[in-house]
Amino acid sequence: MNCPYLQNMDQQSTLDTQRLEVSLGPQHPSTHGVFQMDVVLDGEQVIRLKPVMGYLHRNHEKLMENMSWLACMPYTDRLDYFCALANNFSYALAVEKLAGIEVPERAQYLRVIMAELTRLINHIVLVGFLLNDLGAFFTPVLYAFREREKLLDLFEDVTGSRMMCNYFRFGGVKRDVPPDFILRVREIVNQFPKFLDELEELLTHNEILLSRCQNVGILPKALAVNAGITGPVLRASGIPYDIRKIDKYSIYGRFKFRVPVGEAGDVYDRYYVRILEMRESLQILEQAINEIPDGEVISKAGAQAAKMPRTLKVPKGDAYGRTEAPKGELGFYLVSDGSGKPYRYHVRAPSFINLTVLEDMCIGQKVADVIIILGSIDIVLGEVDR
Amino acid sequence: MLNTIDQIFIKAKQIILDILSPFLPEWMMILISIFIVIVTLCVFGPVVMMYLTLLERKFIGRMQNRYGPNRCGIFGLLQPLSDGIKMFTKEDIVPQKADPFAHFLGPITVIIPSLLVFSVIPFGRNMIPSDLSIGILFFFAVASTSTLWIFTAAWGSRNKFSLLGGMRAVAQMVSYEIPMLLSIVPALLVVGSFSTVAIVNAQEGLQWFVFTPWGLVGFILFFLTGVAEVNRCPFDLPEGESEIIAGFHTEYSGMKFALFYMAEYMNAFSVSALVTTVYLGGWQGPILPSWLWFFAKTFVLISIMMWFRGTFPRMRVDQLMGFAWRGLLPLAFINLLAAALWVHLSFPLNDILSFCILTVSVLMIYVANRKVAPKKRIYKYAYE
Amino acid sequence: MYGLGVLKGLWVTIKNFTLSYFTRKRLTTVQYPEERITLSEHARTFPILVYDESPDKLRCVACEICAKECPPKCISIVRAQDEAGKPLKQPKFFDIDYSVCMNCGICEEVCPFDSIYMDRQFELSAYERSEEFLYTKDRLAKSAEYFSKIRPETAKKVEEKRKAKEK
Repeated sequence: MNCPYLQNMDQQSTLDTQRLEVSLGPQHPSTHGVFQMDVVLDGEQVIRLKPVMGYLHRNHEKLMENMSWLACMPYTDRLDYFCALANNFSYALAVEKLAGIEVPERAQYLRVIMAELTRLINHIVLVGFLLNDLGAFFTPVLYAFREREKLLDLFEDVTGSRMMCNYFRFGGVKRDVPPDFILRVREIVNQFPKFLDELEELLTHNEILLSRCQNVGILPKALAVNAGITGPVLRASGIPYDIRKIDKYSIYGRFKFRVPVGEAGDVYDRYYVRILEMRESLQILEQAINEIPDGEVISKAGAQAAKMPRTLKVPKGDAYGRTEAPKGELGFYLVSDGSGKPYRYHVRAPSFINLTVLEDMCIGQKVADVIIILGSIDIVLGEVDR
Repeated sequence: MLNTIDQIFIKAKQIILDILSPFLPEWMMILISIFIVIVTLCVFGPVVMMYLTLLERKFIGRMQNRYGPNRCGIFGLLQPLSDGIKMFTKEDIVPQKADPFAHFLGPITVIIPSLLVFSVIPFGRNMIPSDLSIGILFFFAVASTSTLWIFTAAWGSRNKFSLLGGMRAVAQMVSYEIPMLLSIVPALLVVGSFSTVAIVNAQEGLQWFVFTPWGLVGFILFFLTGVAEVNRCPFDLPEGESEIIAGFHTEYSGMKFALFYMAEYMNAFSVSALVTTVYLGGWQGPILPSWLWFFAKTFVLISIMMWFRGTFPRMRVDQLMGFAWRGLLPLAFINLLAAALWVHLSFPLNDILSFCILTVSVLMIYVANRKVAPKKRIYKYAYE
Repeated sequence: MYGLGVLKGLWVTIKNFTLSYFTRKRLTTVQYPEERITLSEHARTFPILVYDESPDKLRCVACEICAKECPPKCISIVRAQDEAGKPLKQPKFFDIDYSVCMNCGICEEVCPFDSIYMDRQFELSAYERSEEFLYTKDRLAKSAEYFSKIRPETAKKVEEKRKAKEK
């Protein structure tokens, strides 16, 4: 609470103004779901903020303890419903680590392509909704949705579903991609930068956006690290922490890409780091579609586990699988007791952990800023409340 | 022929009066004459509002790569009607803790200034409801009262979001009224009259004020402040739906909400009409009938408002105030000076001098506000 | 220069506005009930049961694997019995609660008898969710022709597999 305003509060108490306690949410147009913020206002300035979570609690973790290992997979889609494939990826990695299942080459590439496409979807939608929070009348959102639709069509062709993909299997992916897949990804890789340029022309140098976003909701480096913030929010604060580079999980070690880093750690940095990240994702995609080999998309053990999920024997032990999901470090901590179900299943949800610093970022800002700070953290309530 | 089309509405009124005159006494005729104008305006206002909503939805829809409403009638032309029916049949909810009188009074009264200001707008040659000698003053005096009713509605709702919206509305409208008035003073200075008809007559034959240096600046200032005055994007803070839900009309539903909506669109229309009158030559224009020129110009301005809405995010409260006090107000004062010089000097010199003054002052205001202006950033990459 | 970014934004929107009258790329709306997007081969919504010749000859043998593997447990199967009480290789009841089903497609993957497959019918709105979304055996049963119509490539593969098995 380093707000200069609060320190002066006691001295000014003779003025006797009333504070306004407003409950932003759960029925509020810009809380990105059923999320509540109890905000104490002095005029338009926020002097206290309490996030209230749990309106969308669906008992995810406990529920999984009664599911077979494979049956958990479709449920992970429902965590962060904008990036189902990224969630699949994390969970598959964790189980593969636990059960020691190998993944064939082609499947690795497909996984990376799918994960990066998911990142594109997540980031454009985020930018669109951030602008909506800023008060734009849906134009950026609909441009984002126009492009997202192309990627979703691709997902539908490959996985069978547009959002709840349920595509990854232990030891590979569910089915091979259609023959025109590479061509279509290539088209996206070629077309997407043009769209990004147009979006940036609309937004990045717009003075209203700049003055609204710059120096708003600053997240200091030290606080970001101490609070365990990950993903673009952390990188916007100036720390080049990207699990794709640190863990080099799957085959990320083979690709050449850079990690954009912000300096100020404000809303604008968080916005722009995501735009730059999309451009890097396109680099990865381009390399992946050039290098993708032919072959099996699922290993033998994996195919058997997918056909007969009860036969999957997961040895006793525990494993933590993590990926750089679009929102940050998405980790699945699994404990197996040797039966056909997870003994303990825990999700390290990036949106939830990134949300914990909301109050620190919001204090001393205006009401309008609270909304964009929340928007810039990029939460999906399905993942926050689980 | 052209003259007939030009005066078609006047003629129509005259014909009605001629038909009635044998049967009625003279004092009745005067009343009926006034009555016809009032009824026309009261019908015209809401109809304009209804079709402005359709136009806006179509326009923004196309900007967003979609069709906009196209299911009710051809091109969605019946959409406003069906919206109206929906509004009429919706339940009218009054919150339990609300002040019922203030809650009721707000939407009813907010529509009155919006309708009243039409009375001084010259819609065409000889087509002004009442040519007041203080027309412009009347416009501002009446239009500024809507602030009060908006605040009444916000206060009466007893909702915190409404209250925030109402406060914002008052702060914004009061502070934008000053640059707005000042931006119109140069035109009054040049014409030497408050009458809207006199202003239009002074711009005879493509001598629109917007083509002079001070007129261009005045036009931009007046248009921007006008957009802010009627709470439209990017200055739509009192409603700011992403922050304070719907601002001052959060607690309104059904027809009461529709009245706010109607007031907003009618204000947008009347402000555009006044900008047209003062700076774009009103109904002056070659060949086409005068009223067509007037509506064409007004609709271009309204389309620009809609264009803004389709493009811009909203400003923040403090930035909005800063924009008015730091940017618009000084420029409006300097513009007044430039216009005074323009009137005083003769042809080539006055244009050059006022142009120079305005260019320098715009640059100076820009330099003075450099500190608060946002900066471009350069990003670094890790793992290169 | 201050103000240029705002003008750029205005340029982008007016460009989109104008181009929306000329190219389909800038007017992406599909007028749904009249126009429809062709669904892809693997598009999935809810499960159906495939039969070969007549609706009483379901491929399903009531092995209950799908019911066990179904993540939200929306499938319930009761095996048919003959007069002597001996279990038969067909379901007596086969109910799927569509309001519970989460469209994951695991049932179709695990079915060893190529019986249960995902439909692509998505216009299923109803007034009563408890009654109208409980799909019983009769409503689930769809012919093999129907299946090969909605998913031709998959159906072809399945037919080949089944023929090879018979030999």
